[in-house]
Amino acid sequence: MSTVRVLVGTRKGAFILTSDGKRERWEVSGPHFAGWEIYHFSGSPADPNRLYASQSTGWFGQQIQRSDDGGKTWSPVDNKFVYDGVVGTHQWYDGTQHPWEFKRVWRLEPSPTDPDMVYAGVEDAALFRSGDGGQTWQELPGLRSAKGHLWQPGAGGMCLHTIILDPSNPHRIIVAISAAGVFRTDDGGQTWRPINHGLKSPYELPDPDAEVGHCVHNLAMHPSRPGVLFMQKHWDVMRSDDGGEMWREISGNLPSDFGFPIAVHAHEPETVYVIPIKSDSEHFPPDGKLRVYRSRTGGNEWEALTRGLPQGDCYVNVLRSAMAVDSLESCGIYFGTTGGQVYASADSGDSWAPIVRDLPAVLSVEVQTLP
Amino acid sequence: MIRVVLPYHLRTLAHAGKEVEVQVEGPATLGSILDALEARYPMLRGTIRDHVTQQRRPFVRFFACEQDWSHEPADTPLPEAVATGAEPFRVVGAMAGG
Repeated sequence: MSTVRVLVGTRKGAFILTSDGKRERWEVSGPHFAGWEIYHFSGSPADPNRLYASQSTGWFGQQIQRSDDGGKTWSPVDNKFVYDGVVGTHQWYDGTQHPWEFKRVWRLEPSPTDPDMVYAGVEDAALFRSGDGGQTWQELPGLRSAKGHLWQPGAGGMCLHTIILDPSNPHRIIVAISAAGVFRTDDGGQTWRPINHGLKSPYELPDPDAEVGHCVHNLAMHPSRPGVLFMQKHWDVMRSDDGGEMWREISGNLPSDFGFPIAVHAHEPETVYVIPIKSDSEHFPPDGKLRVYRSRTGGNEWEALTRGLPQGDCYVNVLRSAMAVDSLESCGIYFGTTGGQVYASADSGDSWAPIVRDLPAVLSVEVQTLP
Repeated sequence: MIRVVLPYHLRTLAHAGKEVEVQVEGPATLGSILDALEARYPMLRGTIRDHVTQQRRPFVRFFACEQDWSHEPADTPLPEAVATGAEPFRVVGAMAGG
């Protein structure tokens, strides 16, 4: 029977939650790197025992940890993220230019085909790549040439938080940056351009045609339809059917179009999941009810999924990297909260149960489906 | 031999005990002790001082012989008691945050 491994990054360490394909009983391993923030924790699709974790604290900075045995043992690899060439500047809060300063790694995205190839999205926003399993890192500086001088940090920092590697085209990479927008390369990372047409951010950007500056929270893509992208923006849930050339809103009947994560069902490319959050001032679920919303029509028509989720007095948040899906026949959906719960559904979201209730605040959730 | 006391998180990162020993060629200065520490424990590079600027990270402090050496230049000689190992050089994580 298959095994499911849920990789959870939290404010105070990493946890590995393991179950068989029934997903009823779970074994909890951790905390790994106790006391450190784990912004992201992911596994290589090409070698599932190759795991990467982004480990940091405000005191001692950034570490990257690597495991070659599914998380039993770990070794620190290179933590030197140096911007390529002249560092350059970006927009600062007061309208002046401010030099890029490395703060942390938000995202580690392993290649689907090469376990030694891994991408790192960092704050201040830039994309790095390692071709040797994290032993060395090199920036792809063309990204910051895509109007980087106009990027400005949002409340969460100027972070590159989402990396999508197109499975059908190894030269295409799509990244999202808060609060700059979405960017795409079609030549393996040499040159990049903003792909934000159709995004409307009237409360943040007075220019309705602003090419950059949109506060994109998360992107999702189904591997069988790489041209179709789904986006949770600061406000608005969006969709593109042409690889990001044009976006249209699909918020429909959501109770709030604000939120952080977005995910696509493993076997149904038109089934999408979001978790509406009340914003801007509160950042907790509307009415104190934790509800995942599912659209089976690629957006616009959404249904609330509530069975097994708290429907009163619930004031947690679900952060942008904290939702993921497995690829079992009955698709599993997983998300973690700032209250330390990790919820799982083994039936595409119809019903939910907590795997764990009392972890530190969850920063990221990834899932590995193992044979 | 110079004795260096590490804060908890750096001990676990380096798989070391509370106190480690390093050998310094030439005078024992802030810079030479940190160079020797990072050479013996490469995983500590970037955790105490910045990779590029070599500036001390803001929430890290250096103490020895009941004095705060945190703001001194890297080439500042440390007391003889540190150089001989009679007193340890302490790397301290500031008490801050949650």
